[in-house]
Amino acid sequence: MFRKGKATLEERKGYWGWLFIAPWLFGFIMLFAIPLVQSLIYSLSELSLSPTGISLDFLGLHNYEQALTHHVDYNRTLVESIVNMVVNVPLIVIFSLLVATMLNQNFKGRGLARAVFFLPVILASGVIASIESADFLQNMMQTGAMVEETSSAMTSSQLERLLIGSGLNEVIVTYLTGAVDRIYEIISASGVQILIFISGLQAIPGHLYEAAHIEGATAYEAFWKITFPMISPLILTNIVYSVIDAFTENEMTTLIQTTAFTNFDFGLSAAMAWIYFIIIAIILAVTSYFISKKVFYQ
Amino acid sequence: MPVSKEKKSKKKNRFALDEDTVKIWFRKLSEKGISLFRAILIIGLSFVILYPIILKISIAFKDKIDLYDPTVVFIPRNITLDNFRIVIDTMDYFKTILNSTLLSGGTMLLTTIACALAGYGFARFKFRGSNILFALVILTILVPPQTIMVPTYLNYRDFDFFGIIGLFNGGKGLNLLGSYWPFIISSLTGMGLRAGLFIFIFRQFFKGFPNEIEDAALVDGAGVIQTFFRIMLPNAVPAIITVMLFAFVWQWNDTYYTTMFLDNVDVISTKLQSVGVNIGHRLSSAEASTGVVDPAYVSTLVNTAVLLSMAPLITMYLFVQRHFVESVERTGIVG
Repeated sequence: MFRKGKATLEERKGYWGWLFIAPWLFGFIMLFAIPLVQSLIYSLSELSLSPTGISLDFLGLHNYEQALTHHVDYNRTLVESIVNMVVNVPLIVIFSLLVATMLNQNFKGRGLARAVFFLPVILASGVIASIESADFLQNMMQTGAMVEETSSAMTSSQLERLLIGSGLNEVIVTYLTGAVDRIYEIISASGVQILIFISGLQAIPGHLYEAAHIEGATAYEAFWKITFPMISPLILTNIVYSVIDAFTENEMTTLIQTTAFTNFDFGLSAAMAWIYFIIIAIILAVTSYFISKKVFYQ
Repeated sequence: MPVSKEKKSKKKNRFALDEDTVKIWFRKLSEKGISLFRAILIIGLSFVILYPIILKISIAFKDKIDLYDPTVVFIPRNITLDNFRIVIDTMDYFKTILNSTLLSGGTMLLTTIACALAGYGFARFKFRGSNILFALVILTILVPPQTIMVPTYLNYRDFDFFGIIGLFNGGKGLNLLGSYWPFIISSLTGMGLRAGLFIFIFRQFFKGFPNEIEDAALVDGAGVIQTFFRIMLPNAVPAIITVMLFAFVWQWNDTYYTTMFLDNVDVISTKLQSVGVNIGHRLSSAEASTGVVDPAYVSTLVNTAVLLSMAPLITMYLFVQRHFVESVERTGIVG
């Protein structure tokens, strides 16, 4: 460290860096790194609470085996969460890109529209969502006082049946009507992404569009040749953000929580959480690898 | 002679439909069409977003009689504030709101401070391992909190860092669950809810500053800490606003950490989970005659409760929303 007398100015400044990140570093070690290792140990053993502390019985991979093969709900919940994410994330990113493009243009009431689209982020409470889906009165108000249809007015089963009956490809129709049914879910999850895209769109230099206009490009071509490449880094950012958001709060996490705090099976819960984490890590790594190959960096 | 021939063909009759006129018409028409399409789309989507809120407002003001009146759909015929009164009483509303505000406000301030410090440290100082440590910051965002849920819970149940507390307490640590301490500790060290994201935002923001500012400060005789507090921070207002807003809102709506650490204190997010049951109990003990509770009425009250819990956020949002969009643009996450 001390080669020739005093450290250089850069190095002295570097020591200040350690000071600034010291609180974070302390927190990271105490509240993240150590618990992470502990969690790994717990997942490999059976944990039981006693008045004097905790006792660990080493079990090897038994908890993992239990979660994947014996547990009633785990596999199903895992697959459901992943499928949910795979279906929702592209829809969210595409939808927020379209909305951001629209909200970036100049029109009256633009500020109000932006405020409205960001509102779901403010109100995004899992509790509110679960209350609403089970709500009696709202369902009653949507179908009217007489219950003739069993589905609420916002689904599109009739249209779906019509389209499939007329010969269109069933997979595509099911996917698209599923997307429309989920529209509320997608809109609620798009707030932050819309904001990021709007900022990105505003960072694109205007002279590119002017030059293209002079050369005779249509708006459609301008979108694909200018807008799309310039915001492709943000597409990657938004995909990663949406994936993480989808995995933060869903059925899987409630299952992990109930296993720990209702069934008091801490080891199993830790094993479940680790399997979940590893799968998320793999999905994120693969997705970002493939997408960042297509991203246009300037 | 080519020149005069072109001139002749360009002489237009006012009513002639030549190529240029058609193109101009088409362009104007398509622009109007796109405006219309855009307006319809935005109004439609805004409706989807605002509809639940409007529905709740209309339900909250309805009197019991209106529930079964088929002619009343959105605008109640008998307006009553009774629903609000019952819900405020059941939820212990004002005290709960106060608790939520204290918790969210406190963690907001502490998290902002800690993340600003860490973000500045990562952005402006070159020290060995800064890149690796920043990669670890990103790791904290990626790892689902449930992975470390069990050890965190057990750690706080028996909190004892490096055995120091055990020396005073006869070998046992402190039980920090059920108090605000877990939140204080985690936000002060920049490891709170989604704090990694905030550190990322601050770092991107500070990286966007030119080096000349710091050099000028150094020449003027400011030390590192003075530079930070008197030059960097005042310029960091967009990032600070963004982080404060997100931190407050996410902490307000959080049920994960609050149910784990604060089972005994009432905060809005946890209170809302049990409000349906509480209302049911209250009504069934009040209906001395039959003991049967009207589900539509319970639903009315639950909706009022949800509306009341959203109200503080919406009011705050109305004041702050203008800054929100502006600040995110200027934080420099982008470009």
